[in-house]
Amino acid sequence: MNTNKVIQVEGLTKMFGDFAAVNAITFDVEKGEIFGFLGANGAGKTTAMKMLIGISNPTSGKANVAGFDVFKNAEAIKKSIGYMSQKFALYDDLTVKENISFFGGIYGLSRKRIKKKSEILIEELGLEDVANKLVGSLPLGWKQKLSFSVSLLHDPKIVFLDEPTGGVDPITRRQFWEMIYKAAHQGTTVFVTTHYMDEAEYCDRVSIMVNGKIEALDTPKKLKEQFKVDHMNDVFLKLARG
Amino acid sequence: MKRFIGFIKKEFYHIFRDRRSLFILFGMPIAQIMLFGFAITNEINNVDIAILDHSKDATTEAIINKISNSKYFSVKQFLDQESDIEAVFKKGKVKAVLNFENDFSKNLIKDHNAKIQILTDATDPNTANSISNYINAILSQYQKELNKDSNVAYQVIPQSRMVYNPELKSVYMFVPGVMTVILMLVSAMMTSISITREKELGTMEILLVSPLKPIQVIIGKVFPYIFLSIINAIVIVLLSIFIFKMPIQGSLVLLALESVLFIITALALGILISTVSATQQTAMMISLMGLMLPVILLSGFIFPISSMPLPLQVISNIIPAKWFNIIIKAIMLKGVGIQYIWKETLILIGMSLFFIAVSVKKYKIRLE
Repeated sequence: MNTNKVIQVEGLTKMFGDFAAVNAITFDVEKGEIFGFLGANGAGKTTAMKMLIGISNPTSGKANVAGFDVFKNAEAIKKSIGYMSQKFALYDDLTVKENISFFGGIYGLSRKRIKKKSEILIEELGLEDVANKLVGSLPLGWKQKLSFSVSLLHDPKIVFLDEPTGGVDPITRRQFWEMIYKAAHQGTTVFVTTHYMDEAEYCDRVSIMVNGKIEALDTPKKLKEQFKVDHMNDVFLKLARG
Repeated sequence: MKRFIGFIKKEFYHIFRDRRSLFILFGMPIAQIMLFGFAITNEINNVDIAILDHSKDATTEAIINKISNSKYFSVKQFLDQESDIEAVFKKGKVKAVLNFENDFSKNLIKDHNAKIQILTDATDPNTANSISNYINAILSQYQKELNKDSNVAYQVIPQSRMVYNPELKSVYMFVPGVMTVILMLVSAMMTSISITREKELGTMEILLVSPLKPIQVIIGKVFPYIFLSIINAIVIVLLSIFIFKMPIQGSLVLLALESVLFIITALALGILISTVSATQQTAMMISLMGLMLPVILLSGFIFPISSMPLPLQVISNIIPAKWFNIIIKAIMLKGVGIQYIWKETLILIGMSLFFIAVSVKKYKIRLE
């Protein structure tokens, strides 16, 4: 196995009855890459992602995540990945600090490490004043950033982001992507699904799923050349309309 | 283990920061036991009655004195004519009217029988029934005194004794019932709501992606409620001993063990409910409609199962609360040991295993 490839997927399929939600997709993701996973609603993005993070069993195919097989070793994968879902998923009735120590705790971090990590994290996000406030009282943008940082708490090899910037303003989105860049720069692989085509431009490579299949996979630049358009948006529209 | 403790700590934060769940957890048991113990009662005490005495002689006076001297009745009003009876009932001032016929004493002595009419306000049938029974009892007592000297041949003299609750205190019936209801409510409803809340908020997904195993997540979620339910059971027992002076006849250890068993049954039901409902609202509705009503109506807590129509009697068998109610009544009031209630205990154990098996199966399907 090529050690630079942290995700290797071959012919991965998920059937719901007769319907192939994910139809034999094949792709690789390299270490430290920001991989954009695009597709319209219902194209199969979330289902594919759920198979990779070990909460949905594939029907057939092969997949290797962080060096572990999703069929045999789903539990081992869970320790090496971080995940941020499209729903905001911290606890509103816990304070910033309590959330951090809870999630640090379930990933098995030592108390000392949690303390250190949470100090760094709170300082980086500028949350010193609200560290002991309930998360529910924070604005959505702050919550999203906190949520992303929490998903990186245990230094995962790969972080999976499922439409992380839904519902936040453009400035926060920009800041959010700066955080993603920083994480990728530090060697974390970022696997991100998004609806925003301007965000697709920020990715190193993107794949576009249509009806359960990957129809295009390349750098944004090459995809635009291939489809002879100026924006990723047009690439997407061309593909989605068939 | 450390992960588990962190999880439980989080769970307690959720509970103690949510006023609604705090109220259901601690306010409800105390409020219910007080309500059932003090306010809702089948006992007759100081019921207001009216008298229509057509003969006004020594005998009727003696009877009236006997009745008004009892702690059960107080004579509020003397009526003059038949037409007044309906009026006092309509005003709701009295619950019963005693109507003595003309020449009461004379009839009694001459014909050896005199008539009293007892009229009760049966808009509340249970109370009306009890009132009429109590008055009858007082009258027969009086009759016995009259016949003391003369010998009546062939007498059947019933001697009733109310075993296990000689004073017929209704709190003896309500304490076990309330305990059943509270344990069911706290354990099943609160766990199903707290698990579905995680699903609704999307945090369940995060937990399932984490290295925590699903079984650890579930145990972590139900553990605090086992603990809180046990505290509730203790509070209820203490209240009943110290406030209602209800003696616990049987072994406290057995009572505790059986309560823990019932808590586990209810928790398993709660988990099962959470696997079939996607939102807190649904979980709450299923718990309330599917659990609370049967627990109150069909467990034998308020309405005796033996007097229900056959189909309901059959249905009552699948309600865990029915078996628990039998068990704790037997322990609390009759003071029996396990040899008398092993059958009910086995049924509860069987039900718990069944609920756990079904939820594990359902839970796996959901993860697919």
